[in-house]
Amino acid sequence: MTALDQIFVNLKHAIVALLPVAWQTPGSMVISAAAIVGTFAGLFAATTWIERKGLARLQNRMGPNRVGPFGLFQPIADGLKMLTKEDIIPRQADKLAHTLAPIVAVAPVIVAYAVLPVGRNMVAVNLEAGLVFFFALGGMKEIGVFMAGWGSRNKFSLLGSMRAIAQMISYEIPLVVSTLVVVMAVGSLSLVDMVEAQTGYHAGLLARWHVFTPWGLGGFLLFLIAATAESNRSPFDLPEGESEIIAGHMLEYSGFKYALFFLGEYMGLFAISGLGITLFLGGWTAPFSFLAWVPSWLWFFGKLLCFIAFFVWLRGTMPRLRADQLMGFAWKFMLPMVLVNLLVVAFWQFTRGWEFFGAGVWRWVLGGGMFAGAAWGLARLPRVGQPTGPRVYRFAE
Amino acid sequence: MGLTFPLLATVTWLAALGAVALRRPVYAALSLVVALLGLAAIFLTLEAQFLGMVQILVYVGAVVVLVVFVIQFTRNDEVPLTGLAFRPVSLGVGIAVLVTGGLIACIAGTPEWAVKPPEGPPPGMRQIGEGLMGVYVPALEAMGVLLTVALIGAVLIAMRGRSTSLH
Repeated sequence: MTALDQIFVNLKHAIVALLPVAWQTPGSMVISAAAIVGTFAGLFAATTWIERKGLARLQNRMGPNRVGPFGLFQPIADGLKMLTKEDIIPRQADKLAHTLAPIVAVAPVIVAYAVLPVGRNMVAVNLEAGLVFFFALGGMKEIGVFMAGWGSRNKFSLLGSMRAIAQMISYEIPLVVSTLVVVMAVGSLSLVDMVEAQTGYHAGLLARWHVFTPWGLGGFLLFLIAATAESNRSPFDLPEGESEIIAGHMLEYSGFKYALFFLGEYMGLFAISGLGITLFLGGWTAPFSFLAWVPSWLWFFGKLLCFIAFFVWLRGTMPRLRADQLMGFAWKFMLPMVLVNLLVVAFWQFTRGWEFFGAGVWRWVLGGGMFAGAAWGLARLPRVGQPTGPRVYRFAE
Repeated sequence: MGLTFPLLATVTWLAALGAVALRRPVYAALSLVVALLGLAAIFLTLEAQFLGMVQILVYVGAVVVLVVFVIQFTRNDEVPLTGLAFRPVSLGVGIAVLVTGGLIACIAGTPEWAVKPPEGPPPGMRQIGEGLMGVYVPALEAMGVLLTVALIGAVLIAMRGRSTSLH
């Protein structure tokens, strides 16, 4: 079982051992980087198919079914189409910013994968400040969006990039703070340590994932919402808003630069899903002790595919938010809730020493009650003093 | 080390120069991004991982984005491409000379120039955390109060703006 679990690690070691000694360190880096880029770009191709098929199923359509069996070769056809399309730069555009923008939008996202442990011993670099590294690179994405929106010299592009940046900086705060609970509980910023902290099993059966604690569950939900907004996915896809501003900052792009933006967006989605898996869902660990024989990388990518399916489902289900609802939600609900969650995790950590009968249940009730009570209060607060009663819907008559 | 520091320092210096000298505000902001990234890279070569990351997170991810956000709200023709210089010029030059001269005087007064390798392993996350929560906790708390005051002030300004427009 360990042979299968460590197959990729051993393969890399075998390849590195073939190189001359002076080339081993750079060779090892290149192999790790190539594996990351290849795997996740391949996953991007697969996801375009999954998403189109999934959305089609939700909308009672067939989806792509012309190219290959079940339309499986559609991503290849799409890629070829994108590559052969004419690359247009508007005459009025700022050529430098317009050309650099897709690169700036994609490169940091790919670099962020370096700290993500995708399996046992499978992490490119184990940085001591891995989580900060991840968010630092996530923050660079906004510069790319801005360069695209401003450099295109198109009012829709500019509006789209303004929406995108406003949304990203608003949701970046809850996103970062929602992960702080894990930092507080684990006492480290390294993503490898965070997975290590979740190994082991409750009662020899259920994994010790953070999501099985009150702060972990609450933090995971908040993280999921903020991550959806941060990666501009529906229902937070205002920056693209096809019916309002066409495609936002991507409007003036064609051919492969347009594809690069999509690559960056999906790679960002995988990266942030992978971070959620690492922080709250045990990374590459198995949910039950009797499933521990399944290779660790299979668990990570299995969970990642579940995330992708969830995001497709969400996109097919939810309508788009209004800009004021979006901002109000970030500042009036998400931000206070992530701060409350910090108190919950502090409570959880301080009551670790409780030994009396039923202590675990009490910790759960009190911690979960704090979180749920705050959520209920914050949800009710804007409605205080407003008339309650059945909501009246008026349709066009 | 070798060529790393001279290369990084040159890029950072040129980009910082660009941030000041470039006429278009957008180019200046993007040039500032390059300068800050160069600075973060220098932090990384000094094994100050956390500082490098925070440099990117705070300055590129927040401060420059704020600058960029403001630029987006202003139209191109509203921004004077000339006349951004300090007036009167003598005042600007005077301040520049004062600051640079002071820095040079301080550096020249440094008794020892030889760079010694630090003793023991470089300080990690744990030491930074213990420092912030131990010796420097009053400073940290004071910063917290300052930022909270700033936040409340921002909300108040926003609220006042709205009430005058309504009534």
